[in-house]
Amino acid sequence: MTMDAAVIPPEVRSADTARVDLLLIAEMISPGSRVLDIGCGDGALLRILSEKHGVDGRGIELSQAGVNQCVAQGLSVIQGDADTDLVHYPDTAFDYAILSRTIQATRNPRHVLEQLLRIGQRVVVSFPNFGHWRVRLQLLLGGQMPHTDTLPELWYDTPNIHLCTIKDFLALCDAIGAHVERVVALNANGTKLVSMPLSTQNLFGEQAVFLLSR
Amino acid sequence: MNENPGAESFAELKRREQITNPQSEVVHFPASEGLPLDSGAVLAPFSVAYQTYGTLNADKSNLILVCHALTGDQYVASAHPVTGKPGWWETMVGPGKSIDTNRYFILCPNVIGGCMGSTGPSSLNPETGRAYGPDFPVITLRDMVRAQARLLDHLGVDQALSVIGGSMGGMQVLEWAATYKDRVFSAIPIACAARHSSQNIAFHEVGRQAVMADPDWCSGLYLEEGKSPRKGLAVARMAAHITYLSDRALHTKFGRNLQDREEVTFGFDADFQVESYLRHQGMSFVDRFDANSYLYITRAMDYFDIAADHGGVLANAFAGTKTRFCLISFNSDWLFPTKESREVVHALNAVAANVSFVEIDSNKGHDAFLLHEPELFDTVRGFLSAAARRRGLADASAGA
Repeated sequence: MTMDAAVIPPEVRSADTARVDLLLIAEMISPGSRVLDIGCGDGALLRILSEKHGVDGRGIELSQAGVNQCVAQGLSVIQGDADTDLVHYPDTAFDYAILSRTIQATRNPRHVLEQLLRIGQRVVVSFPNFGHWRVRLQLLLGGQMPHTDTLPELWYDTPNIHLCTIKDFLALCDAIGAHVERVVALNANGTKLVSMPLSTQNLFGEQAVFLLSR
Repeated sequence: MNENPGAESFAELKRREQITNPQSEVVHFPASEGLPLDSGAVLAPFSVAYQTYGTLNADKSNLILVCHALTGDQYVASAHPVTGKPGWWETMVGPGKSIDTNRYFILCPNVIGGCMGSTGPSSLNPETGRAYGPDFPVITLRDMVRAQARLLDHLGVDQALSVIGGSMGGMQVLEWAATYKDRVFSAIPIACAARHSSQNIAFHEVGRQAVMADPDWCSGLYLEEGKSPRKGLAVARMAAHITYLSDRALHTKFGRNLQDREEVTFGFDADFQVESYLRHQGMSFVDRFDANSYLYITRAMDYFDIAADHGGVLANAFAGTKTRFCLISFNSDWLFPTKESREVVHALNAVAANVSFVEIDSNKGHDAFLLHEPELFDTVRGFLSAAARRRGLADASAGA
């Protein structure tokens, strides 16, 4: 099963061509469910979810500009920080808690993941895979911090302070007792890597999407 | 301040007429339908004066209730009957504006305790045949909201599409959402808090003491004495007005500039522009506002503390709410700083309510909610449209 550019709706393509993970996440969400999108940015995923999937969606975004943009479009979004603000939500408040490409920028990923599993029945996490061969190669041969499409910032101004590989993330899930329902790795073209052993996905997956439950 | 104490300006006479015979519509609730107050007293009979804009649709689902601030009134989008100035929120309310009168039916009542036609301390006390004055019962924001709910009953509207307001208006919005959960489809509390802070109570007390220190206040009986505590009320307004601005706004507008002079006069004239400005604000305020109303309404704000009314836990006030919330604050507002709004957001998160929260970058201080702030307009427009869609209202293009 592949995912070519033609399937990507224009709202995602125009917002960010590299965000095929958003479509994959949208696929994992049951229609009509209650969703909290943490790090919702300009609201691209929330828009897809509420318009196409009839989802009752809320968002948390760190940047005030992103929040204001979302609310002016009619999305329910608050300014907040995944590290500090998830504690205010009650247990099992949402069917899904989504953290797309944000966990690597949190100060305490383990705490954040535990909070997500507390407030969501299911948790969807996507992140750039630091085990991707290009990352490994740049460090091995170039001797410099990797600089790729999913990791575009230089080391001194990147928000990504807790990068990990697919294997690392699985180890964290294991450590906190999270049940991994699905793992999907995407290569640089946004194609799903299916029927491959984990170590191969960890080598060729540029980003990964995890579906977790308690 | 070179006016004769107690002098009644023409404007003030015009204002007094609005107490008994307002230019707007009024609904009179007879003594048999009195308003029970938090203090235990009953206000009976009582009246609510209100303005409307736009048209109520057939299923009565497009009503937006606008709650006014401490010294506001019902003239949200029409000329003020005393000052002739444009409505206080014409930037926000009107045809094609964020609160679109082509699409929504806008209702703005004068609060009880006010002085523009709703029952307040200057209204006639039926027991004595004279103005209530200091015999008017102390009221709360919840009492104001109860009176507004009676107005909605009178209009046959079960649920407001939205309740919106800034400052004391925003506090009423929160009270509405806590007290009448099923009657508020969406709520937009702006530049407000779930309780009045110690600092804000302190400022109010300064204002009240200024009024009461004026000998023309006459222990609250100035109407009977044919007097008016103009100086005291003007000083109260001057102090309050500073809290509505910001250090940066004052500095940008006036700096240390002198007023119509080249150098300081070594006296106590208004040497500085900022002094002259404040004196003008004070004097023009007394033409349009009643001193006792000022005392009663500031008191109502001081007593406001939603958490205290719900076992000390703010979240309890909103448990089970289905209302869609959009809170808005301004980063230079030091009267109702962002952290106050954020506390409400956290309480709403704790009950998994549907909440949006926007902090707007502005140097205009608390008054920003009344001024030209495009980000405020965009937020309100977007949020209201989404709420209207959810409520099943036709799109703006399809008409009201």
